[in-house]
Amino acid sequence: MTITLNHFSAALVFSIFASIVFGITHRDNTRDMVRYGLYCFAMFLGGVFVAGWAMWLLRR
Amino acid sequence: MANTTTDKAKMADATPLTAMGVIAPAVGWLIPGAGHMIQKRWIRGVLLFISIVTLFLLGLAMQGRIYKANGGDILDILGFVGDVGAGALYILTVAQDWGQGAIAFATADYGTKFMIVAGLLNFIAMADAYHIAIGKKK
Repeated sequence: MTITLNHFSAALVFSIFASIVFGITHRDNTRDMVRYGLYCFAMFLGGVFVAGWAMWLLRR
Repeated sequence: MANTTTDKAKMADATPLTAMGVIAPAVGWLIPGAGHMIQKRWIRGVLLFISIVTLFLLGLAMQGRIYKANGGDILDILGFVGDVGAGALYILTVAQDWGQGAIAFATADYGTKFMIVAGLLNFIAMADAYHIAIGKKK
């Protein structure tokens, strides 16, 4: 079985699962875990957009 | 002359090695999240299991390449180190000869990275299980 994901989908899936792991392992209580996980997710996804636009600028 | 007060403080900070401090990270390496589950952190363990296993299996499904033990260039060695972090998933993949990679698929490269990251995230999870075992974390 082969799964084909485009770049954004792959980045999204990666961000979700990496954020879950980071949230659990880097904080002590549930509330902080959720908040940190969401923060990491925002940083991952934000980074994808920033890097994408930076590459567009470079190519231009 | 040695400062005995400083030495005593350092010894007090050192955490004794317990059985769970060895077992939890070892089990956590073999089965992602299991190091947390055996310490009754069920939700954390299940979430870690789902996240790491899903990343690895998606990587395989995207026709990613698994790195075997090698003495090649540094990137191949790092790829192996990352992959081996997945524990039983890595052992099963190598035993079944999966993860051959497929140059024809553009997403195969994403798949390779997914599997490496799954292993690296499991190393982080192992360290977390160890910290819980030695009482450094709740």
